[in-house]
Amino acid sequence: MLASQLGHYSLILGLILSLGLLSYSFIYLRDGNNILQKNIYSISFLQLFLVVLSFFCLVYSFIISDFSNETVYNNSHTTKPIFYKISGTWGNHEGSLLLWLLVLTLFIFLFLVSSKNQPKKYRLLTLFFQQIIISGFFLFLLFTSNPFSNLFPVPKEGLGLNPILQDPALAIHPPILYLGYVGSSIIFSSSLAALVQKNINRNWAKHIKKWIFVSWIFLTLGIMLGAIWAYYELGWGGFWFWDPVENVSLMPWLCLTALLHTITVLEKRLILKSWTIILSIATFTLSMSGTFLVRSGILNSVHTFANDPKRGIFILIFLFVLILLSVLIFFFYQTKETDSQKKIFWFSKETSILINNWFMMYFLSVILIGTTYPIFLEVLIEEKISVGPPFYYKLLVPFLIPFLIFMAIGPKIKWIKDKFKKIKIYQIILLVISFLIAYLIINKTSSQYLFSTVLIAGAFYLFFNTLRDFLRKNSKLSQNISHFGFSIFILSILFNGIFSNEISANMKIGDEIKFNKGLIKFKKIEIYKEQNYESIIASFEIEDEEKNITTLNPEIRIYNQPAIFTSEADIKSSFFTDKFLVMSLLKREDYFNVRYQNKPFMLWIWISISFVAFGGLINFVKKIK
Amino acid sequence: MKKNIIYLTIIFIIIIIFTLFYKSLYKAKTYIPNELNNKNLVQFSSKDLFSEVETNSSDLISNNKFTIINIWASWCIPCRKEHPFLMHLSKNSKINLIGLNYKDRSNNAKKFINDFGNPFSTILIDPDGTISIELGAYGIPETIIINKDQKIIKKFIGPLTNKNLREIEQIVNS
Amino acid sequence: MKLKKFIFLIILSTFFYQGDLIANNNNVLVDKISKNLRCLICQGQSVYDSQSDFAISMKLLIKKKIEEGNSEKQIYEYLKNQYGEWISYDTEINKKTYLLWLFPLFLFIFGGILIFRKVFIN
Repeated sequence: MLASQLGHYSLILGLILSLGLLSYSFIYLRDGNNILQKNIYSISFLQLFLVVLSFFCLVYSFIISDFSNETVYNNSHTTKPIFYKISGTWGNHEGSLLLWLLVLTLFIFLFLVSSKNQPKKYRLLTLFFQQIIISGFFLFLLFTSNPFSNLFPVPKEGLGLNPILQDPALAIHPPILYLGYVGSSIIFSSSLAALVQKNINRNWAKHIKKWIFVSWIFLTLGIMLGAIWAYYELGWGGFWFWDPVENVSLMPWLCLTALLHTITVLEKRLILKSWTIILSIATFTLSMSGTFLVRSGILNSVHTFANDPKRGIFILIFLFVLILLSVLIFFFYQTKETDSQKKIFWFSKETSILINNWFMMYFLSVILIGTTYPIFLEVLIEEKISVGPPFYYKLLVPFLIPFLIFMAIGPKIKWIKDKFKKIKIYQIILLVISFLIAYLIINKTSSQYLFSTVLIAGAFYLFFNTLRDFLRKNSKLSQNISHFGFSIFILSILFNGIFSNEISANMKIGDEIKFNKGLIKFKKIEIYKEQNYESIIASFEIEDEEKNITTLNPEIRIYNQPAIFTSEADIKSSFFTDKFLVMSLLKREDYFNVRYQNKPFMLWIWISISFVAFGGLINFVKKIK
Repeated sequence: MKKNIIYLTIIFIIIIIFTLFYKSLYKAKTYIPNELNNKNLVQFSSKDLFSEVETNSSDLISNNKFTIINIWASWCIPCRKEHPFLMHLSKNSKINLIGLNYKDRSNNAKKFINDFGNPFSTILIDPDGTISIELGAYGIPETIIINKDQKIIKKFIGPLTNKNLREIEQIVNS
Repeated sequence: MKLKKFIFLIILSTFFYQGDLIANNNNVLVDKISKNLRCLICQGQSVYDSQSDFAISMKLLIKKKIEEGNSEKQIYEYLKNQYGEWISYDTEINKKTYLLWLFPLFLFIFGGILIFRKVFIN
């Protein structure tokens, strides 16, 4: 089809432009003047335009169900609703790579346009490094994952999109996540450029800080959307499973958050330059490694994309080249002078940010090692082990306690040097109050541990501190909102864990089971025929102690293309708790397996993460000190 | 000098990590358990499909023949495909073929046997699937080869193929 | 006579009630164990979440084993014996996994040393 041709040739042209920009930037580096040639802007824009065009060609092919396009054939179906035809564009390997390219080219163009106050050579070098990444992706796309490969003869019907992916939250999850994930490419490229140009100074820190925040906000929201989708759609009542694909998005986030904090130190005191660059390289490296792990077939997970070793090899080599390049550049251009010899006083904000980084890197290493260890073990001794949630909880949660306390105290300490006498009485009071509340809560639920008490106390301590900080005039609003949001996040998760109740049983229509001083009644089922599936909707009544009745309608969908059963949970979210019910069909039996959960504070988990991201957003708006 | 050493070590570590990742690309991704190879067969007892007599597995395992347990069901389509191979195996005097009927209705299972032939010397039933799990199976059809010393020596997951048949015959004849 | 019957019924019902309580506790334990096991058919889901034949049979087997008096630990040992360590999400600490558990902790200490040097020395 015409769209396929157009899309395909746009990509080829884009690649040529990429090579052109690579040589251009090299040539213009030698120019004396400090003004970027207008050519560079136009070519960069043209490249962006071509990728956008290519992207829209793919979207168009999906909308008109052009099955001569292999990607459309594999991932779509004529009976799919149009919204999901469109979102199906990026719900597959090739399309999502095109999305990668889109963000890569968009961000470099925006970078060029918004960095006019930076030295020209630095900007050109950033362009150079970014184009290396971009051309790598063009090659990857064109040679191993072409979204426009032709099928002949043209099939009459497609193989359908996985019905689990037909969900509104999931439709926007990749674009938002990629803006964060792929956005870190600019940070990578510009950090390398700044290193080469010996340009790492306050001016640069201020400028790069904006990009770090943009990437971080989108990454936070993107991960949150993924968790929301998992919770509302996948039907097991959880939202984070420490699945390798989930871990792979969390790792760059940890790195980026550490970078976010370090860049403020760089801006204020002009130290930790090398560490900043290392973090920038690490963030993007983790993003790319994530892409590798998820698409190469190495991992065994519900989420994985294509399972093709050939693609895996390409990304692996690409990744290797990028990392080698970064290490070599670091080796050659990092000098003792890059790092100023300023001392850090032990009781200062710099130290508390160092401590933050210390903990973040620890969390990162736990997740990284947990995710990759089984892979390496299998190669070395041919045995498979599982590293699941228990591992992560055991290694991460204990460290959360000191982390929360440092997070509460750190922002209060002054730059450069502060007095230890600063620990005022009210801090001790807050600490005691936190412990008391935590103790009362744990006691009431007769949950076993001393450990939980300390953990909740830590979270409350952060909570009260940040709450109090809102009232103080000279504290930073954006930082406070984010830290406050984080404290609520931890509290929500803890309370959710402690106060959740669930029951699982096999029920026939008309059955009733007692649960937690209430009743669950299976009232009836209704069967409907929809556009591309058959639906069985059940009606359950949940009666609580006060005789209030909530009706829940879980659904089982029987899709025709591909033939899959899915269970859609019904979740009634209220301010304080979620009522969650999911049922599944037991083959060759006449009853359903029903699972009901009462999950307090779920909504607060999402609200609190939004707070955290919102704090970052405020950073752009604030003019008031 | 110290700087050089650090960098060289880093690059060396990176190369090792990449080699490991590269090698892992070619490993099979789905996990197939093979823990029970060379371990003794777990004893189980169940009703015979036809006679409904409670039978213990140890009574069925002979010590001068190879025992092959085949886990099947009437509703399992690949089981139908491998049925001719089972009929062929049943003619081998060195093999004692036992069937384990998995999560099936007796009527359907009997009908299956009547329609397609009975390759089994005995058929026991596993109505809730727990016996299969005790045998280390997880899907059907599965075929377990047990030697004269009552040790599990091989498992085939999925319907038997010509290749599997030749393998079995090799084992049995050795 | 009626009184005797009544008392007898009350005593009998307490046995049922106890049985109910035990059954409930067993169910909770089955759920707990099955959440910690991988499903071999839908690799990537836990036995608790999966509705595959294997998962359903597995849950029945776990219940049987609990009723036979096996402890949680014994059940995990038994299943790992059948299916390999991979089936349990809870990673053991044995010579295969020392590195897994210790390396992050080692990195934490290493990081701490680096910071200590930066802040207190020089």
